[in-house]
Amino acid sequence: MHIDLRTVTITPLRHTFDHVARRLGADKPASRYQEGTYDMQATANFHYRPTWDPDHEIFDASRSAIRMADWYTFKDPRQFYYGAYTMARARQQDTAESNFDFVESRGLAEAMSPELVRTVLDQLMPLRHVAWGANMNNASVCAYGYGTAFTQPCIFQAMDNLGIAQYLTRMGLLLGDQEALDAGRKAWLEDDRWQGLRRYVEDTFVLKDPFELFVAQNVALDGLMYPLVFETIVDDVFASQGGTAVAMLTQFMTEWSAETRKWLDATMKTAAAESDENRALLEEWTRKWRDRAAAALTPVATIALGAKADEVVGEVTEQFNKRLAKAGLAL
Amino acid sequence: MDMKVAKKKLGLKERYSHMTRGLGWDTSYQSMDDVYPYAKYEGIKIHDWDKWEDPFRLTMDAYWKYQAEKEKKLYAIIDAYNQNNGHLSVTDARYLNTVKLFLTGVSPLEYMAHRGFAHAGRSFPGAGPRIACLMQSLDELRHAQTQVHAISNYNKHYNGFHEFRHMHDRVWYLSVPKSFFDDAVTAGPFEFMVAIGFSFEYVLTNLLFVPFVSGAAYNGDMGTMTFGFSAQSDEARHMTLGLEVIKFILEQDPDNLPIVQRWIDKWTWRGYRVLALVAMMQDYMLPKRTMSWKEAWEVYFEENGGALFKDLARYGIKMPECAKTIALEKDHLSHQTWGTFYNYGAAAAFHTWVPDEDEMNWLSAKYPSSFDKYYRPRLEYWREQAAQGNRFYNKTLPMLCTTCQIPMLFTEPGDPTKTCYRETTFKGEKYHFCSDHCKKIFDDEPEKYVQSWLPVHQIYQGNCFPEGTDPTAEGFDPLAAVLQYYHLEFGRDNLDFEGSEDQKNFDAWRGMATRNT
Repeated sequence: MHIDLRTVTITPLRHTFDHVARRLGADKPASRYQEGTYDMQATANFHYRPTWDPDHEIFDASRSAIRMADWYTFKDPRQFYYGAYTMARARQQDTAESNFDFVESRGLAEAMSPELVRTVLDQLMPLRHVAWGANMNNASVCAYGYGTAFTQPCIFQAMDNLGIAQYLTRMGLLLGDQEALDAGRKAWLEDDRWQGLRRYVEDTFVLKDPFELFVAQNVALDGLMYPLVFETIVDDVFASQGGTAVAMLTQFMTEWSAETRKWLDATMKTAAAESDENRALLEEWTRKWRDRAAAALTPVATIALGAKADEVVGEVTEQFNKRLAKAGLAL
Repeated sequence: MDMKVAKKKLGLKERYSHMTRGLGWDTSYQSMDDVYPYAKYEGIKIHDWDKWEDPFRLTMDAYWKYQAEKEKKLYAIIDAYNQNNGHLSVTDARYLNTVKLFLTGVSPLEYMAHRGFAHAGRSFPGAGPRIACLMQSLDELRHAQTQVHAISNYNKHYNGFHEFRHMHDRVWYLSVPKSFFDDAVTAGPFEFMVAIGFSFEYVLTNLLFVPFVSGAAYNGDMGTMTFGFSAQSDEARHMTLGLEVIKFILEQDPDNLPIVQRWIDKWTWRGYRVLALVAMMQDYMLPKRTMSWKEAWEVYFEENGGALFKDLARYGIKMPECAKTIALEKDHLSHQTWGTFYNYGAAAAFHTWVPDEDEMNWLSAKYPSSFDKYYRPRLEYWREQAAQGNRFYNKTLPMLCTTCQIPMLFTEPGDPTKTCYRETTFKGEKYHFCSDHCKKIFDDEPEKYVQSWLPVHQIYQGNCFPEGTDPTAEGFDPLAAVLQYYHLEFGRDNLDFEGSEDQKNFDAWRGMATRNT
């Protein structure tokens, strides 16, 4: 049944802001994602050059070798503006909180064998620092990238990376103690198995092209690491050894990585579809950083996988290639 | 049997430390100088980043939770306000011009703050301040977007809002707030933190953000009021960060003191000049006044700011010199600024008007030493002229101050009958200033300020006409061409409030909402 509540009806003069209407092709109602994103970044008449980078304007598309006729061609399929983003994460945070409570209240951590706990901590604790590096890199892309449609999801990504580092920290404190964090840190700084990965992360810190950094961090490294560590090692290997609790404590990471991939793939697809030059460049960067990431992750994966690490990294890489093929990249 | 050893319970501070600074490390495959290339060039010396005291201990899970709660409430109120045609419950349609000024002048700055804090948050080698900056970066994006969303419904019904982004980068008076923030972002990360984190967020926020939000509350604008109140707890965090930054820098090395003092002097003045727009808003544009500019300055700067600088005296920080000049201007600032906008009302994207008799009496009471003597006669003359059909619109272009970019409208400190002019010569070119303080800022960094994109100069150079304009064509109207370049619709966005489309529509719609005919 329909009930007809009456309100005074006023015919509006326009439906959205003019710059949004130009992008929609007509004056029609726009979403909050569109009004909060389109043209939010200044593009003209900058007053001064940055004293920290006098070769560029404050916002300058030429910081990247990727060329776009319009940087607002990028669209976040999740349609995340601040409100939508925080509400989505708050829901996930709720789940994570119950998972931590569940594991703690049922004593599930104590139910795991000490050997398994040690492997879990050895495998996962140094990743706190990898996630921290990801936070720095996404802050860079947000600061030095061009156009809100491209940069806005990167501040979300940066804060997610920080959140992940903090979930890992909580897990370390739950399964071990601060010694577990210290041991992870020591391994990150000194253990040979981690040095390839640390070198990778530090090398990305000095990348100047925001789009290449985006590829090296979000597409290549996280694109291999999350499927390898959270979907394979945690969900399959640890779970089969009585470590389902670990999967519960890292559920956020698994879901997050599946969700963010939609945005990453859409971004790669849009940039590659723009021109042959872009595609060639993205393929070159993705290949280069994929190979380095795979090589750096293999010794890390031996912690849980032993001799099978090579094979599993190979499988994950193959999946990765298929995934990027859908975005139009031949790797 | 193994005895389960009870875990050492971590203190809040220790736990938070693992969640933040414990994540960072000193790089060795790349040098720290390459990883943090902008950390040293300003001359600020930091010896121990671990001495940073985290001013608030907020982990991401808690952040998402609190912020999402606030967002849910905020958008529910905005939706209800819009659905209910809340815009018709504002005091009168002149009020909307305040919101136009806010959206075109301030909201784009919130966005700049978002990117600026991302840059600062990437630049500091210390993990503690980096995280605090990145959280602020995210908050500032929130502020920019909630403002656009809350004001979006006004844009559907009134003029002057429709091209806020385009105008911010082009329109003459908007170059004042724009150049202010461009200046901060192009400075190094430490200066940015002193400029925005401390001077703007801590010292001046009560004079910028608060008057707009209180004005909204007083004038029935629940949309603007709600985002203001919703941002309050974010602002409290930002203020705490701003103060912590100053203390941290000063405690690290005595050599930092003169640098920081120079920045505080500069940014107090830069910020104050932007506040000229707020002063006129408070005294002239709010139909229902909250407090006068002068009262606001006395409470929020002279009293509260005075206490702050007393507190900072133990670090050797002194009250900025410019406070004396500002005290001399406080009886004149809003009147001189509004007078200028009334003059240039054809080139502004909001409406101007002469205050009515009640409002003039309020101004007399609030400014007993200046209003009746200097400003009332001029307003009465303009009112008289307008009544005779001679509403005055100034069609010449004013000289601008190279630093703050405001037309040279201010008078000599202590003599409201004489316009204040200062000039300096740099590499054979002459530059003009509105005050000793703006001149000093230029003289300290001339290489930076010669780059200023001064709207009047740009118009004269032919850079502010739509593409394809031929200024040599017969009948070429430069003002009309400039307004087209601004995307400012002549007769709708500009001119006097009296007779405007906003005025007519508001009256008609309010009639529909409150009467039966």
